[in-house]
Amino acid sequence: MSQAAALEHGYEIEPAESPLTPESWGKLGMWLFLAGDAMSFGGLIAGYAALRFADANWPVPSTILGVPFTAVMTFLLICSSVTMVKGLEAIQHGDRGGLRKFLALTALGGACFLGMQAREWTHLITHGMTLTSKGLFSSTFFVLTGFHGCHVTAGVIYLLTVLANSSKYSEDNYNAVEIAGLYWHFVDLVWILIFTFVYLI
Amino acid sequence: MTKRHDSPNYMAIFYWLFGLTVVEVAVVYMPLAKMLMIAMLVSLAVAKACLVAMYFMHLRFETRTLGLIAVTPPLLLVMFVLVTYPDTAWRLFTSWAAH
Repeated sequence: MSQAAALEHGYEIEPAESPLTPESWGKLGMWLFLAGDAMSFGGLIAGYAALRFADANWPVPSTILGVPFTAVMTFLLICSSVTMVKGLEAIQHGDRGGLRKFLALTALGGACFLGMQAREWTHLITHGMTLTSKGLFSSTFFVLTGFHGCHVTAGVIYLLTVLANSSKYSEDNYNAVEIAGLYWHFVDLVWILIFTFVYLI
Repeated sequence: MTKRHDSPNYMAIFYWLFGLTVVEVAVVYMPLAKMLMIAMLVSLAVAKACLVAMYFMHLRFETRTLGLIAVTPPLLLVMFVLVTYPDTAWRLFTSWAAH
């Protein structure tokens, strides 16, 4: 209905609201998903902190877990975040080869992270640390790092699908790359917090 | 396509994240009082998380309302902690006083 017709009928057309993410609705969708996912992680981290606070005999993590080893894992994930933004920057300038190279590097970084985490878990489990062996210390450890590891696994698959579709993207069509990047940086952000709360403190 | 902001200097953010991680690991091996160490580690982690969100996730260049959506989960987390911790602290205190 035209505006003139609408006025004739005695009501006004409401002005369209400007969307929160003018580029694409997908980006808003990813942000809303991440806000929900942040609450899942937030609940786990707050629960972990409350359990630890209430337990006077909580072990010092650095005496059981390998801090230098996981510091390297943190470094890897930070590097993979940089390659992700570099990939986005490349496609924004129309450089599809650069996008492919950086996406592959990002997925590789994530895969190496997962390999190191598998190595760490294997080491701990063969040395007798299971979900219940050290009480809440080991249960919270495996639940928190495992939940995050699942996110990294999903992220690597996600990045590989973006890589497989990369022929579609150009300097005018890069929203899907940016949205995948949001997820990947979020996983990096959560690891920064887990590394501090579970390994360092 | 809508207008695009210039890319921030991603390498500078990377050096900051790397440097702050090195400081974090160093803090763990320093002979510091426990509360001071926890305060330092939490501030460093929050600083790193903010760098990732603001620059890598481009939150700094988004609309204000999207920023509000992003800060809602951390705010709820702080509320949750503030509401539940006095209870734990009180139970710890009473069990300690009973001995």
